[in-house]
Amino acid sequence: MPDWNKPLPTVVGETRAYWDACRRGQLLIQHCGQCGEYQFYPRGICAHCWTENPGWVAASGKGTVWTYTVTYQNRTPGFDQGPYVLALVELEEGVRMFSNIVECDPREVSIGMAVEVTFQRATDQISVPYFKPAG
Amino acid sequence: MATATRKRRLGRQVAIVGAGLSQFGAFPDKDSRDLFVEAFQDMIQTMDQPIDIDDIECAYVGNYSSDLFETQGHTAPIVADWLGMTPIPITRIENACASSGSALREGAMAIASGMYDVVLVGGMEKMTNLPTEGVTDVLASAADGLYEVPAGLTFPGIFGAIAKAHMDRYETSLDHLLKVGIKNHNNGALNPKAQFNVTIRDLMERRMARAEQRGQPVPEWQTELDFLNDDRANPWIAWPLRLYDCAPITDGASCILLVAADIAHNFTDRPVSLAGIGQASGKPLHDADELTSLSAAKEASRQAYEMAGITADDVDLAEVHDCFTIAEIVASEDLGFFAPGEGPRAVDEGRTALDGDRPINTSGGLKSKGHPVGASGVGQVVEIYHQLRGEAGERQAKKSKLEVGLTHNVGGTGGTCVVNVLRRE
Ligand SMILES: [Zn+2]
Repeated sequence: MPDWNKPLPTVVGETRAYWDACRRGQLLIQHCGQCGEYQFYPRGICAHCWTENPGWVAASGKGTVWTYTVTYQNRTPGFDQGPYVLALVELEEGVRMFSNIVECDPREVSIGMAVEVTFQRATDQISVPYFKPAG
Repeated sequence: MATATRKRRLGRQVAIVGAGLSQFGAFPDKDSRDLFVEAFQDMIQTMDQPIDIDDIECAYVGNYSSDLFETQGHTAPIVADWLGMTPIPITRIENACASSGSALREGAMAIASGMYDVVLVGGMEKMTNLPTEGVTDVLASAADGLYEVPAGLTFPGIFGAIAKAHMDRYETSLDHLLKVGIKNHNNGALNPKAQFNVTIRDLMERRMARAEQRGQPVPEWQTELDFLNDDRANPWIAWPLRLYDCAPITDGASCILLVAADIAHNFTDRPVSLAGIGQASGKPLHDADELTSLSAAKEASRQAYEMAGITADDVDLAEVHDCFTIAEIVASEDLGFFAPGEGPRAVDEGRTALDGDRPINTSGGLKSKGHPVGASGVGQVVEIYHQLRGEAGERQAKKSKLEVGLTHNVGGTGGTCVVNVLRRE
């Protein structure tokens, strides 16, 4: 296992399914069977129609960069080793998430760039979803 | 029963009759309570009529996190005790950087309800006890620990992402951002309460003089932009934002005295009325409809304009939440002062400068005056109060008509926005 010193989520209740899937290399998002809306972050109700326990679907893992920044200064352990690309990625399904663009030079990132999910194993329980240029 | 869009008004009118600010800066010997007392003293010493300790019936104080910054919870009654105002009811309001904006709103509604006639509202933050990384940790705790923190989200990172989106969509450049900082420092240099009451040009020249003194090569900066575009003088924090695009870490406090409008003349011949108030919540940024605008700011200003019966064109000057330079540009568009994408050109043309037709952040803004987060919202109102009364001294806005002022106070990354419209009576 690589040395992982970045902050980790405390996995609770209804988000356990999300992080369990990440560990298996799958990106889950919620999809409401009642109103058909996709939802991220996961939660116990659909924020569009208040249906309880909206269902899960596997996202394709493909998306585009909606916007990004190259963060030079973050003294948080794990993020203090030089610049990294913090990006808002829009998934094919329409929901967006903050993540990092990895496996590419920050100067090559652009808005609208096609990316795909890649998981980095942090602990036995947690794998964190990042994105890399679509191959 | 759709009540969310009902037109709103205050049950009775509210006026501001006093305003005070502590010194903004880094003060190792002062707690947030001491800073609040300092702001309160400034208020009572500058009021037109003396007030009695028994006049104040109720208070609301904005404070983001005395718990984490000072390891002190339940700070509101401590403030009441420090001022000798017990047993009046006092309540702490927390809405991140919009805490005192929201405290003001609670105070206004307490008067409008008819329950109180005289209410003290303000805010305070003591931030410099912690080292910088501790402060950024506390600020980052406003981000979502489950999904955002593992991605290395920082406040400069989020506003850097907003800046990139604005640059991609419009003709916004890095220089536009830097010019906002230059303008706000020009104003802050005229504000004795400001944390950095110094112009960017002075900072540049000091640095050149220091290099010369030490026998080091003197940088060849001709203009402020040369200086600010130099990576050594102004390092990247979260590209496209540099150090001088970010508001500082600040200790400070602010307060104002709200009264029912019909008794305002017991306190002053020149009250400033709270003509419109608005507050809205916004989704986290990843769920926002667009990144070049904060939806809560648009909605809060819509509410405030409607209550005041005005449009954006009627606003003579404003204090807006420039936690980062890009935030001032986005605010000037969200508030309707300039069309979307036109904010940068207004900066180029000097329209938002002290002698412009729409002065913004005459106080120096959060950038130069400082940003003690829980105090910033009411701090903005303090500036507009003095500007509308024509008592802002050297930094008095130059335009002839100064009747309507506005404040725009943002919590987090747009999760909260409070907008107030103030009118000279
Ligand atoms: Zn639904």
